Amino acid sequence: MSLKVATANRLIDGRVVFLGEHSRWQERLADAVAAEGAEADALMKTADYHVATAVVVGAYLIDVTTGPEGLVPSALKERIRAFGPTVM
Amino acid sequence: MYAYDSFDRDFVAQRVDQFREQVGRRLAGELTEDEFKPLRLTNGLYLQLHAYMLRVAVPYGVLSSRQVRKLAHIGRRYDRGYGHFTTRQNIQFNWIKLEDAADILAELAEVEMHALQTSGNCIRNTTADQYSGVAADEIEDPRPYAELIRQWSSLHPEFTFLPRKFKIAITGSPNDRAAVKVHDVGLRMLRNEAGDVGFEVIVGGGLGRTPMIGKVIRRFLPKEHLLSYLEAVMRVYNQAGRRDNLYKARIKILVHEIGAEEMTRRVEAEWALIRDGVLKVPAETIAELKSFFNPPDYAPASDRPAALSQAMYENKEFARWHQAQVARHREPGYAIVNISLKPLGGIPGDVTSDQLDAIADLAETYSLAELRVTHAQNLVFPHVRQDALPALWAALKDLGLATPNLDQVGDIIACPGLDYCALANARSIPVAQAVSARFADLARAHDVGELQIKISGCINACGHHHVGHIGILGVDKKGEEFYQITLGGSAALDASVGQIIGPAVAADQVADAVETLVETYVGLRQPGERFLDTYRRVGAAPFKETLYAAH
Amino acid sequence: MPLIDTSGEALADSWRQLADDEAVPGDDSPIVVSYDRWFAEQETLARRNAPLGLAVTNTQSVERLNGDVNRFDLITLNFPKFSDGRAYSQARILRERLGYRGALRATGNVLLDQLMFMLRSGFDQFDTAKPVSAEAFRRNVGRFTAFYQPAADGAEPVFRRRLHGQGA
Repeated sequence: MSLKVATANRLIDGRVVFLGEHSRWQERLADAVAAEGAEADALMKTADYHVATAVVVGAYLIDVTTGPEGLVPSALKERIRAFGPTVM
Repeated sequence: MYAYDSFDRDFVAQRVDQFREQVGRRLAGELTEDEFKPLRLTNGLYLQLHAYMLRVAVPYGVLSSRQVRKLAHIGRRYDRGYGHFTTRQNIQFNWIKLEDAADILAELAEVEMHALQTSGNCIRNTTADQYSGVAADEIEDPRPYAELIRQWSSLHPEFTFLPRKFKIAITGSPNDRAAVKVHDVGLRMLRNEAGDVGFEVIVGGGLGRTPMIGKVIRRFLPKEHLLSYLEAVMRVYNQAGRRDNLYKARIKILVHEIGAEEMTRRVEAEWALIRDGVLKVPAETIAELKSFFNPPDYAPASDRPAALSQAMYENKEFARWHQAQVARHREPGYAIVNISLKPLGGIPGDVTSDQLDAIADLAETYSLAELRVTHAQNLVFPHVRQDALPALWAALKDLGLATPNLDQVGDIIACPGLDYCALANARSIPVAQAVSARFADLARAHDVGELQIKISGCINACGHHHVGHIGILGVDKKGEEFYQITLGGSAALDASVGQIIGPAVAADQVADAVETLVETYVGLRQPGERFLDTYRRVGAAPFKETLYAAH
Repeated sequence: MPLIDTSGEALADSWRQLADDEAVPGDDSPIVVSYDRWFAEQETLARRNAPLGLAVTNTQSVERLNGDVNRFDLITLNFPKFSDGRAYSQARILRERLGYRGALRATGNVLLDQLMFMLRSGFDQFDTAKPVSAEAFRRNVGRFTAFYQPAADGAEPVFRRRLHGQGA
């Protein structure tokens, strides 16, 4: 089983958000709730509800790992979503 | 330039109202995302990795200084102080909020701009030769016809839900700078035996997953039939284009599956029934549209003035820039100036709001307040006095916009890639930056000569990699970015699709690989040969050998 | 599903779609038959002295109805998904080429934001997938005061209106 975080884009401004405590969407991955198994499924259920009620768009679960830097997404695309473009 | 009348002004204003209401219904939960998505897309609004992205249309690549200032303002007020010119002469902003989108469209309408049909499965912004109206080699200015197409295609009731997006390009010159053979429809102006000017109609070109070179379905189309003929093409496509598979939905697949001959037969049969109807364009309409694009009153200026020759003699840097960036104008004493948006190691096509404001000022001083956007993500000042070139160069240099690399190794086309785009598999920009930095020695780049490198971050090919002399395609291999290299592509009239040369290389090896390919060419070339010419003469083998021996 | 007319007002639906294996009723009630059935049982159906409707899917050729179109009082064209726009072409061909004068009904995934395109393409009845108020209908369909291209609604396109001095 791997650690997961629910993510989406916020409808009103498109910002990348992560599902945190109390079913609130957070802009920082550090503020997300990471969970495994049935708890992760519960995160996704909350996220789906917020898709259906026009709070966020395109919610899904991502794989994350925890390390000295805190939560880090496993996939490059998700790291770019979480931390911004690699170029400026 | 084209100027809106009350019809156009009312239309864009009503369009803004419509979108404002649609956004309201979406935010209220009355529209699902699936229902809303095509509505926002036909207003240029994507949802990308980090935020909404707004793609603003620059019809056939023409902008006024006033419009550029508005774009600068939008970048500053609603985005993060910059914008990105695309490979289809549009500009996009990466950090837009849905709640601001209608306000931005309203601001654009103030300067006669919109984002209409810059996305969605509809007829997209018609692109044109960036030298339209000023090119020395031009048969006729294509912009009046591009404007005619823009209007006809705007909110077309029959063709807003096509099988897939539909892109039209038009050129008035025998030297194609608009890539007409890799568009869904390419229009090339030419003269028939009677001396009349009309269009050659090319259908079914395109890049993406299945690159195809377009087929000529009509050798000569008189101007008054332009709209009825396009309507016939669209009607055949709307009914027969595949809708069962997203990747087979473009018109190129239809043309490929039924053959160019059958496509011609169907289009001609449909056209025969509508050619003399309401869509037949009256001569007065064409004359009126042409009047918007009359050549400006050029103040007399001497051709090849002594001051210019002297500046080139005295300043090698200016001379190099002049040689690379300045093209021949049809008016003696004037020049076409290409402004590179490819600074060494920079992000292709990106401009800051401050640069945009400065460019607007310079265009006012030096180019009759008009500029152009190219599909290679650069800008053009179309009306510059030759005696003003040294001063313009100095001003551009101060802004970091005087890189002399047009069509050279540093003039890389790249899509936004995985840094911004929700569809991408790999990053494009860092690869472009690494290659650009590798050839930072401008004298060397100049010696290498014309070399078009095009980079896409996924198979959708927004970076046109198939038609790069060297094409680079980002792929994802088990979570790692790899890059497939193709050689021998071209988007010009000698259009060809590049061939994959061998296994994909890792991200940190792309710049090395390009350098090896370039060195191989330099070793093999005969006098006057471009990279593409040498490749076509010797084939892939020597390139393959050096590339894969070295790595 | 709610059926509305060109003003967005509710429309009573007296039509009954007849399944292909269902016998043609002996009375004079209005029925809608499938395209294939029409071609198979043309003689019988034409003899029936009652309003006849025809259901055409978006892959069937409306041109094949040439000459027969005005034997129908209703033709329905289908949008299986709102993003599948084939029926717009069918509608324009029926109206503009074949001269169809009967009712033309849009069925399937018919949504508020596409009604203007449908109206312009020649539809005059809308079997909407969600309820649409008459007020929302009028606001959305009547928003644009001019169009750039000709269509089945007969609106004169902007480029022709300009010829008589409009739009300065």
